[in-house]
Amino acid sequence: MRNFLDFEQPIADLEGKIEELRHLADDGEVNIADEIGKLQTKAEKLLRQTYTKLTPWQKVKVARHPDRPHFVDYVHGLIEDFTPLAGDRGFAEDCAILGGMGRFRGHSCVVIGHEKGHDTQSRLKHNFGSARPEGYRKAIRLMELADRFNLPVITLVDTAGAYPGVGAEERGQAEAIARSTEKCLDIKVPLISAIIGEGGSGGAIALATGDSVLMLEHAIYSVISPEGCASILWRSAEHAQAAAEALRLTAQDLLEHKIIDGIVPEPLGGAHRDPAAAIQSMGEALEAELEKVMNMDGGARRARRREKFLAIGRDDH
Amino acid sequence: MNWLTNFVRPKIKALVGGKPDVPDNMWHKCPGCTQMIFHRDLTTNRHVCPHCDHHLRMPLLERMDMLFDNSAYNRIELPKVVSDPLKFRDRKRYTDRLKEARHATGEDDAVIVAHGKIGGSNAVIAGLNFDFMAGSMGTAVGEGIIAAARLAVVQKAPLIVIPASGGARMQESILSLMQMPRTTVAVQEVKEAGLPYIVLLTDPTTGGVSASFAMLGDIQIAEPGCLIGFAGRRVIEQTVREVLPDGFQTAEYLYDHGMIDMVVSRPELKDTLSGMIDLIMNPKPSGEVLPLTRESIEEHLEIPEEDGVDPDEKPIEQPITDAVGPRKAAD
Repeated sequence: MRNFLDFEQPIADLEGKIEELRHLADDGEVNIADEIGKLQTKAEKLLRQTYTKLTPWQKVKVARHPDRPHFVDYVHGLIEDFTPLAGDRGFAEDCAILGGMGRFRGHSCVVIGHEKGHDTQSRLKHNFGSARPEGYRKAIRLMELADRFNLPVITLVDTAGAYPGVGAEERGQAEAIARSTEKCLDIKVPLISAIIGEGGSGGAIALATGDSVLMLEHAIYSVISPEGCASILWRSAEHAQAAAEALRLTAQDLLEHKIIDGIVPEPLGGAHRDPAAAIQSMGEALEAELEKVMNMDGGARRARRREKFLAIGRDDH
Repeated sequence: MNWLTNFVRPKIKALVGGKPDVPDNMWHKCPGCTQMIFHRDLTTNRHVCPHCDHHLRMPLLERMDMLFDNSAYNRIELPKVVSDPLKFRDRKRYTDRLKEARHATGEDDAVIVAHGKIGGSNAVIAGLNFDFMAGSMGTAVGEGIIAAARLAVVQKAPLIVIPASGGARMQESILSLMQMPRTTVAVQEVKEAGLPYIVLLTDPTTGGVSASFAMLGDIQIAEPGCLIGFAGRRVIEQTVREVLPDGFQTAEYLYDHGMIDMVVSRPELKDTLSGMIDLIMNPKPSGEVLPLTRESIEEHLEIPEEDGVDPDEKPIEQPITDAVGPRKAAD
């Protein structure tokens, strides 16, 4: 059973009709293959129309779609011999951020990312992808490990934001995020980041300060969730749609402002319609970005990464 | 409204001269103990309540006066940035909000950078002005921190940053988020030049500011009672649905949890800062120190005889090298 978003209702209706007709066809009474073909063309056209002009708010919903491929799916599809590594060595293992070593297109690398989970049980285990300080401290540890063994780092970002809890504050959530961002800017090995779903504020930037930052076509990346922004600036979360427009959180907006380095195309109808295609698409993009920085001198690469971030907002003059 | 309020009362007021001409900001209510404080007492007492020692927010320029030697410092001009890069509009235009804040504060944005001497050593201070859009961090603040870091490197001076900020400036959206890595690069430049980076946390330091340059200090100092944290109280309460502990996210709370080095009250801030800067920037002793010899150390080492430890045995080597280490570095 496919999960449809509210704005996908007309597409859902058409696809429902196609299913019904298929059942009729199975009865063998009338040949309605032509009719099915026509409806399918229509459904595809509608899907294309809808997805080529998604509003920012619709993108927010696509980015949070429950069937959207998550970190573990990308690792499964792209990384061979993945060896998960755990723990921050100080307090706990935080499953909201996963990481480990593996081979990407033949090269050993370290992969780190947020995992949201795919059902109630795993969502609870991964805390819906909202990490506590331990998660960021684990990421720091893995980046250090990568730097020591000269392994490139790939980070996949998908979080609504860092977890706002009492324990998280107690153990220094702000400091953990600051140090993780600092570590991203400190390591000399290549660091390629991709926003695969939600890029939520500090919790995202802590892993997304890379040589190259990619975004999936319908992913979002923002300093605050549209709901949070609306409740502060509009004094009501009901204005989330307006906030989503104002925040410029789509990949297309961010590329225009040179915040990100590239957009990775999603299959028609979003990554959730064809996860395997989305994962392949991401694989090609990651490989291409890695190749660009792979053969640089480590120090030069780090200097370039820092320069890249310093230049943001300056060339808009 | 009736004849009494419309006609009689104004008449009487006009006859007796009405209200005396008193500005309404002569008295301040202390948020700590709710007692009234006369405005002049507040200023002379550095915005610390004379009744309960509560630290009220201190205007940034008064703070600079307090920290720099003889209140002498030079402000530097900061790079101009694009005012409203994303054409942001909520219930109001961002450009209008900026105009209002500029009019109210007489400043361009929420950051002020100055250099002068602290305890005789050169020092650069970058402070955030909470009165300017809650000290929120947008591109201008980022550029200010970067400029301050570079000034510190050029002057071979320590960088002191004084945050007072609600966090990211939402009206600059992703660009405000990008100030987190940008200010981090600035901090790295100072640290890699071998210079101290000191953060003086003041009320409040939250959100994207606390999750970037404000938590990366070599030394982290905070003022008593100030609010420091990542997420806002309301957000946490809504998420965890429980009552937050007493003193949650205060300077003292962070100290107890090992997140900061010290909580220093306002009258002692300058001496504390001067002392630390002197220790780091002037590591050589000012007086003449006689070189240490093994004999001179052994004279001062008290080795308990009854333990049966022979002073010439190996284990004693360790304390001697330890004792010589720092002195040698000072030579």
